[in-house]
Amino acid sequence: MKWFDYAAPRSLAEALDLLARNPRARPFAGGTDLLVQMRAGQLDPDLLVDLKHIPELNELDCDGSGTLRLGAAVPCCRIYEDERVRRHWPALAEVAEMIGGIPIQSRASLGGNLCNAAPSADSVPVLIALRAVCRIAGPLGERRIAVEEFCTGPGQTVLGPGELLVGFEIPPPEPASGACYLRFTPRAEMDIAVAGAAAAVRLSNGVIAWARVALAAVAPTPLLVREAGDWLADKAPTEENIREAAELARKAAKPITDMRGTAEQRRHLVGVLTRRALQQAIARAREAQP
Amino acid sequence: MSGGTYRVIGTRPIRHDGADKVTGRALFGADVRLPGMVYGYVLRSPYAHARIRRIDTSRAEKHPGVLAVVTAADLPTGPDRLIDLVEGTLPVSYARANVLARDKVLYKGHAVAAVAAVSRHVAEEAARLIEVEYEPLPPVLDVLEAMREDAPRVLEDLRMREFGELTDKAGNIGEHFRHVLGDVEKGFAEADVIVEREFRTVMVHQGYLEPQSATALWNQDGRVYIWTTTQGAFSAREATAWILDLPVSQVRVTPMEVGGAFGGKIRVYLEPVAALLSRKCGRPVQITMPRRDVFEATGPTPGTYIRVKMGARADGRITAAQVWMAYETGAFPSGQCGFGAICILAPYDIPNVLIDGYDVVVNKPSTAPYRAPGATQAAFAAESVVDELAERLGMDPIEFRLKNAAREGSRRADGLKYQRIGCVEVLEAMRNHPHYRAPLEGPNRGRGVAMGYWFNIGWYSSCTISVNPDGTVNLVEGSVDLSGTRTTIAMQAAEVLGLRPEQVHPVVADTDSIGPTAVTGGSRTTYATGWAAWEAANDVIRQMKQRAALLWEVDPEAVCFEHGVFRSGDRSMTFAELAERLEETGGPVIGRGTVNPSSAGGSFAGAIVDVEVDPETGKVTVLRFTSVQDAGTAINPTAVEGQMQGGSAQGIGWALNEEYYWSPEGAMLNSSLLDYREPTALDVPPIETVIVEVPEPEHPFGVRGVGEANIVPPPAAIANAIYRAIGVRLRQLPMKPSAVLEAIWSKES
Amino acid sequence: MTREKVRVQAIVNEQPVEFLCEPRQSLLECLRDILGLTGAKEGCNDGNCGACAVIMDGRLVNSCLVLGVEAHGRRITTIEGLARGAELHPIQRAFLEQGAVQCGFCTPGLILATKVLLDRHPDPSEPQIRRWLANHLCRCTGYDKIVRAVRKAAAELREVRA
Ligand SMILES: Cc1cc2nc3c(=O)[nH]c(=O)nc-3n(C[C@H](O)[C@H](O)[C@H](O)COP(=O)(O)OP(=O)(O)OC[C@H]3O[C@@H](n4cnc5c(N)ncnc54)[C@H](O)[C@@H]3O)c2cc1C
Ligand code: FES
Ligand code: FES
Repeated sequence: MKWFDYAAPRSLAEALDLLARNPRARPFAGGTDLLVQMRAGQLDPDLLVDLKHIPELNELDCDGSGTLRLGAAVPCCRIYEDERVRRHWPALAEVAEMIGGIPIQSRASLGGNLCNAAPSADSVPVLIALRAVCRIAGPLGERRIAVEEFCTGPGQTVLGPGELLVGFEIPPPEPASGACYLRFTPRAEMDIAVAGAAAAVRLSNGVIAWARVALAAVAPTPLLVREAGDWLADKAPTEENIREAAELARKAAKPITDMRGTAEQRRHLVGVLTRRALQQAIARAREAQP
Repeated sequence: MSGGTYRVIGTRPIRHDGADKVTGRALFGADVRLPGMVYGYVLRSPYAHARIRRIDTSRAEKHPGVLAVVTAADLPTGPDRLIDLVEGTLPVSYARANVLARDKVLYKGHAVAAVAAVSRHVAEEAARLIEVEYEPLPPVLDVLEAMREDAPRVLEDLRMREFGELTDKAGNIGEHFRHVLGDVEKGFAEADVIVEREFRTVMVHQGYLEPQSATALWNQDGRVYIWTTTQGAFSAREATAWILDLPVSQVRVTPMEVGGAFGGKIRVYLEPVAALLSRKCGRPVQITMPRRDVFEATGPTPGTYIRVKMGARADGRITAAQVWMAYETGAFPSGQCGFGAICILAPYDIPNVLIDGYDVVVNKPSTAPYRAPGATQAAFAAESVVDELAERLGMDPIEFRLKNAAREGSRRADGLKYQRIGCVEVLEAMRNHPHYRAPLEGPNRGRGVAMGYWFNIGWYSSCTISVNPDGTVNLVEGSVDLSGTRTTIAMQAAEVLGLRPEQVHPVVADTDSIGPTAVTGGSRTTYATGWAAWEAANDVIRQMKQRAALLWEVDPEAVCFEHGVFRSGDRSMTFAELAERLEETGGPVIGRGTVNPSSAGGSFAGAIVDVEVDPETGKVTVLRFTSVQDAGTAINPTAVEGQMQGGSAQGIGWALNEEYYWSPEGAMLNSSLLDYREPTALDVPPIETVIVEVPEPEHPFGVRGVGEANIVPPPAAIANAIYRAIGVRLRQLPMKPSAVLEAIWSKES
Repeated sequence: MTREKVRVQAIVNEQPVEFLCEPRQSLLECLRDILGLTGAKEGCNDGNCGACAVIMDGRLVNSCLVLGVEAHGRRITTIEGLARGAELHPIQRAFLEQGAVQCGFCTPGLILATKVLLDRHPDPSEPQIRRWLANHLCRCTGYDKIVRAVRKAAAELREVRA
């Protein structure tokens, strides 16, 4: 690897200052994407700005309204070990347990998962399905955008020069709602999704009040399939309706063929995984019914 | 079967190197630390096939921290001869061209230059400053395409060997051979059912966890010291010396602990390069391969195209088999097709056989053995056809195999007449196993079986045993220990000497300190080096009897030795008591053993596997797996089970996910442990084992060697199980989810 | 860029250590090349094999994906720090007794993973064991004897605790 410097700022302001002064600086959270890409020669930053000592990026807390405030650099293990997350956002806990294996989860963050902007990033469809909002800080102050707006292409995001993802705000779960993420990998773990589908639904009076479907690894970015959610709204959670929504997701996918899977396989898997994820999300919503 | 008479053999002692292995003290290749040591980095070709026009190393040489840069120009151009690698041979000229490419790069990852510098990072930085001008050439990547007359030529000087003779046919075919038994036309005419199928497998890697690492010091007195992770210190010595055009004795190889090898650590890749760098900079140089290089630039095992035609009578007897097989050997010929041909029909007694085999070079890394080299791909084809025949005849697949099973006196396709073998016993153990009888319920589930064979190798080994005054012994051996052979060899000495295993202290020595010993491979180590240890131990006993005779003033013939006690008349002395008195009876006792058995008893293995297929995703889950193998005599059952389980897991990986995934230009796109997808602990079930013991008739303890045959059956067994689960026969490896899905789709349409 | 080495102070295997390293050096390199602790192995250098795993502040990490500079102020346990004096740790013993070691290259990482697992889950189920070990490739054993060793060690440690 080429030489680089390392800084471990203790405050957000200090971190932003370092990033502003060093155009070739790179934020460094768990390093599980960054260090791998640097070793492969895909990135060669001059400075790594360690995010793990900045309080805002390491918070994991619920505010008064029940919104989850999740710092961008919080490692997966803290997420799935947190009782509140396990109880209220089980799909989030599950995806944190899915990324890599135990030693990866000691380090990997959801901020890194999102900022790396791989189409296959597992946590992103979940964050989208859960309506998470990104908090971004930069030289021009703070801004917020929905997670589904964040990635603009493989490895590309909306972050401008000197900007940092501070964390996520995830709204409190509504009553009778449930979410689920399923991915397909040839190995049971330690593998990158060939395709993934997240679903979140709310039931109300026997019908689906709203639903959100988001996909991984089947488009240049993680993909929110609005048409699938729209189609389900106000419909009964029947097998037929679920299949139709899955079909809409399948059509929305724009997969490619690569070493991890073929385009046909991916498109097909989107249908299967969306259907299964919706079924499980609905089952969870039923369980969560007051 | 080994019970009763033996006291040590058949027990499960703690291994001698155990404490070192669990405390992190065991020193593997990259753990060597020498004063003044610097680090090397190898620059590799980005092209699968290209002419090297020019290499300019001047910028790298000037980079701060760089001590030396070498290219093929630093290699000698000495005479050519064959390096014998036990499981294959390689001309030195090719071995040399493989360690540093001279005029042409033959595969992506082919070494072109190397740098030594004060740190790995600096060496890598400097390597990037080397300018290489390439003239890209069209690569040939597919084995059948490579056989065509108009295919791009990989090696300009390659001439085909045909039926054992060198011809003047130029092309990419290194060898064409043929085995004939009886008359296949007649055999097929007698058959009531005939099945003919085509099979494809792709290149896979041994996947050992420890990357290649070598450290070299070209000493100022002209001797070259090598510390390396190798399966054979002596073969590494010979290859390194010949590549560098040195007398073998000028090179000393110290074998380090080996973090897995499976056939992939017989060749040398880094040793000569590290030596050249050391000669230039006068310091020890260590080169460790990054994982990407391990995939791209060591020796994976060939992909294949195999066509099998078999016929059987309605009564279940196989009457004829015809095989046409072509193996891609990578950049240089490797001979693995020949091994595949020996093994492909080995479990069966078939009167009429015709096998045509081809070794074909392509622009991929030069292939190397992988556990029963060539046999797994072959068995995938043959055992799938055998399964189909059994089905067509309405016979149970194990009964069908038993009906045709090879036994003592049967002829192997290459003509060899079997001695006592355990094929029938393995099949019977499978048939009688509770797994085979257990009901398998649920949709999309199926059970498959398959057989496998590996012929095992004898070859030369050396061993010395010196007696310690406290009644223990030190055993020095030349066999590198890959998986616990220090212990299985020590146990054979202990059995002879009447000692406990822990009273034998085994040492794996460097090439200056012990006699020549062939590589740890071919399932030969417990067999042949164990035999050498048996001889050395008997030599010790012979000498100790003389000492006892001296003390007792009797004839040496009048002294007997049993269960650790020397006796003559009513006088007796334990081994330890006598050991204490060696000084007064003539000095130290050292026993020697050297062996060179020409053949070894082959080993048969079988697998029973249950799978579940998710027809919506194509994913195959292995629910239950039983491995059955003839070990001859199981010296250490724990070690035998370990071999069977390890080979089975590798076979499962080969069956389901592992592959070299190529770009059209010939670049391996999945050269990481993430995307190569070796099985994790979650991808394999508990692996049940059944050790069958049909002692090998010539070995003093009846050992057969168990390292290899176990990997052979799994892919075929899994293919047969998938068929039973979903009614689709897969004839291509790996049977990855996309392939299973496509097979389901094409069946539906 | 400064091109200055960084001074790192950490506790490694209960001993305070201090070393200078380049920011680009991984914790694995620092342990192996600077501190001489070669028990942690490099199998892939990209997080996919677990051979380099060490325990950092109670958590298992792949030391190839941690920078040496990050060790500052941290407490690190490597395989060299597990045995107590001349006694093997019960996990180490169980690995030997069950034949869970073949080549031994994966062993240091697996033993440390087992340590972290059993610290948190004294009585793990088989699927749980397999999940906790899934980041650790072992090419030699097929995992069967490793799983048995973990169960054996768990039972023994529970006995000691009881
Ligand atoms: C063995 C292994 C297995 C893996 N398995 C999975 C898997 O199953 N699923 C999956 O989705 N991924 C997987 N990954 C990829 C990776 O672990 C995840 O993407 C992880 O979430 C990245 O987080 P990190 O904290 O390590 O990010 P880092 O590597 O630190 O950063 C990733 C990128 O984001 C930037 N960045 C990080 N934080 C911020 C921030 N707050 N603001 C702005 N930019 C930022 C960095 O500069 C870098 O470019 C795996 C990786 C490995 C090595
Ligand atoms: S070397 Fe760190 S995980 Fe493989
Ligand atoms: S024992 Fe060799 S990799 Fe596990």
